[in-house]
Amino acid sequence: MRAVDAVMECLKAEGVDVVFGLPGGANLPTYDAFVDGGIRHILVRHEAGGGHAAEGYAKATGRVGVSLGTSGPGATNLVTPIVDAMMDSVPVVFITGQVRTELLGTDGFQEADTMGITMPAVKHSWMIQHPDEIPRSLHEAFHVARTGRPGPVVVDIPQDLSRADIDYQPVTDVKLPGYQPTTEGNTKQIRQAAKALASARRPVLYVGGGVVNAGASAQLRELATLDRFPVTCTLMALGAFPAPHPQWLGMLGMHGTRAANYAIDEADLICCIGARFDDRITGKLSEFAPRAKFIHIDVDPAEISKNVPVHIPVVGDARNVLTKLVAEYRALEIDSSRLDTWWERIEGWRAKHPLRYDEATNGEIKPQYLVQALYEATDGEAIVTTDVGQHQMWAAQYYHFDEPRKWINSGGLGTMGFGLPAAMGAKVGCPDATVVCLAGDGSVQMNMQELATCTQEGIDIKVVIMNNGYLGMVRQWQELFWDHRYSQVDMGDFPDFVKLAEAYGATGVRLTQSAGLIEALREAIATPGPVMVDVRVCREENVYPMIAPGQAARDMVG
Amino acid sequence: MKAVGEPGTKELLSLEELEAAGGLRTGRKHVLSILVEDKPGVLTRIAGLFARRGFNIDTLTVGPTDDLSISRITLTVDGALHPIDQVTKQLHKLINVLKIRDLEPNDTVTRELAMFKVAVEGTQRAEVMQVCEIFRGKVVDVGRRSIILEITGTTDKVAAFEAMLRPFGLIEMMRTGEIAISRGRGET
Ligand SMILES: Cc1ncc(C[n+]2csc(CCOP(=O)(O)OP(=O)(O)O)c2C)c(N)n1
Ligand SMILES: [Mg+2]
Repeated sequence: MRAVDAVMECLKAEGVDVVFGLPGGANLPTYDAFVDGGIRHILVRHEAGGGHAAEGYAKATGRVGVSLGTSGPGATNLVTPIVDAMMDSVPVVFITGQVRTELLGTDGFQEADTMGITMPAVKHSWMIQHPDEIPRSLHEAFHVARTGRPGPVVVDIPQDLSRADIDYQPVTDVKLPGYQPTTEGNTKQIRQAAKALASARRPVLYVGGGVVNAGASAQLRELATLDRFPVTCTLMALGAFPAPHPQWLGMLGMHGTRAANYAIDEADLICCIGARFDDRITGKLSEFAPRAKFIHIDVDPAEISKNVPVHIPVVGDARNVLTKLVAEYRALEIDSSRLDTWWERIEGWRAKHPLRYDEATNGEIKPQYLVQALYEATDGEAIVTTDVGQHQMWAAQYYHFDEPRKWINSGGLGTMGFGLPAAMGAKVGCPDATVVCLAGDGSVQMNMQELATCTQEGIDIKVVIMNNGYLGMVRQWQELFWDHRYSQVDMGDFPDFVKLAEAYGATGVRLTQSAGLIEALREAIATPGPVMVDVRVCREENVYPMIAPGQAARDMVG
Repeated sequence: MKAVGEPGTKELLSLEELEAAGGLRTGRKHVLSILVEDKPGVLTRIAGLFARRGFNIDTLTVGPTDDLSISRITLTVDGALHPIDQVTKQLHKLINVLKIRDLEPNDTVTRELAMFKVAVEGTQRAEVMQVCEIFRGKVVDVGRRSIILEITGTTDKVAAFEAMLRPFGLIEMMRTGEIAISRGRGET
């Protein structure tokens, strides 16, 4: 069988139903196999769009995304999605074409050192050296992407090798001696964690994307409600714990709530589950949670004590560990009333410092209100992707996610242009869901071209642009930290997003008034086919509250 | 109400008891013996990891093992500068890395090979050869105005030898970096 036909067989065996890609010389053989390979291929307009779409698909479904590009520029265009997927632990298999083996190392046409360029940012990568290796390498790639701490992998296939004939045998026994993730969690450590939690007076559960990846939301909720633990989530974990729940403190970190950040600041015990003490969470590291002891549950041992020394480490899959932790916790005698004073204090912060903004007086749309209106218009049930900037933070603050995998954004890398293609991928993965991309007017232009993919393929996404005419987040920093000296952040009134939407064959809508916004959004979202809504919002609004970079949580401003 | 700043969990946890302070620096040199799959790019992955994470490699040697598909990398890192625990955990994440041992200095024999090219004029030649003998080094090549010496030993011994030779006029020095093997019957 042709090696490329074996590629199709491998993808099917891995349960792949769709891939996102764009062909070129070096992967022509693979594209020939797609003609009757039985796998849906979505032709993107830029490989980065395809990569982010595969991420969106993976984040929304929990399955492995697949993204293809040719050699050279095709592969380099994939670098941003690869790094993005690495930072956010997204399982994506990137399959790149490579020049013929005889040209390797000669600066051949469209040769790029894909392995070298991507090496720092992949969980692992495979350079195919013999056609017979293709099936096994692909299966290994899926295995590595999906298991342990998920992440991106690259399989680079030289053109001549993909053209070869091989004796294809299905591979069912993937064994990688150097890769054996610890998933169970040490029972003794879990018992220690349970005891520590039971005696803590001011505990907080600090929850990260690992809980979403592990599908451990139910277990988290069980643990939290066994003993009224306050819960806060990182940007990556919104929805892992239901936002309407009374034990939910809101997001923590730079633009988190005061209640969450102050609780962390005063906590005596922080139980971190699947998060990594990123600087956007800790602020000034030396003043992060100065009174706390730490339990850290993570499937990646290298995260433990990386930034903050941990007292009780538990290496394992969050679902396994939380299941055991709940069982251990039940066996203990728990007196929840010990947390009364703690809750009083938290309720005090909540009452005093709710998320707030000044309402507009002139009928303009406040950006925060746009998110609230979107929440209403979608009954809080949409899958929401965002780009990066102010709109992303407001979405995180005001769209109250009640389930995991409904909030899809680029957290670690902060990639502008992520939202639209990610929405496309999410919609392909979850065709019955309402998928909204809440975009920034700057960011959306970075992967705008995928609107053509959506109209061509009938991928019904709704792009709501929070249009402030600015690279808003950068403008905010210039206002606050650079003495109001605006430098290269004003994008004026360009482009005309309504006309642009129409040019792409989508529906374009412009909204400028606060009155009737919810209904207008509802109507736009109910319009069949891809829709792009240009929502003009107050231009110079700032995201608050805020921990200024390098500052401590208790010094939040705004 | 209990005052803030007075942890309610004090009695349960102590860093010492739990030996969990993995991020702390040990303050000594560490010799890591690493078994890796002999696949293309392995060394790049390791070197890249060190560069990216800001870890400094002091010495690094690579060689085959008795198993053709497996190579051994011996590298030394300064535990005063780097959290060794982070270094080994990050290394473990590399899929081609099979096994890492952070060798205990007391249970390990380490050796390094070094060659020195020394300028010798007239009577100095005899003096240099005498030093060489004391250090149980070997003369491997003799030229009219230079001499090449070879020595194996621990890094300290090699360094001491170097210090003795320098005054004569050291033209060039080649050191392999350390290799290490554990004492006793078990495999390194
Ligand atoms: C690719 C990329 N380039 C630059 C940045 C830096 N950056 C962060 S937020 C931001 C502004 C984004 O503007 P917009 O999409 O309009 O969002 P807003 O903040 O206005 O809501 C920029 C330029 C980035 N995150 N990503
Ligand atoms: Mg903007």
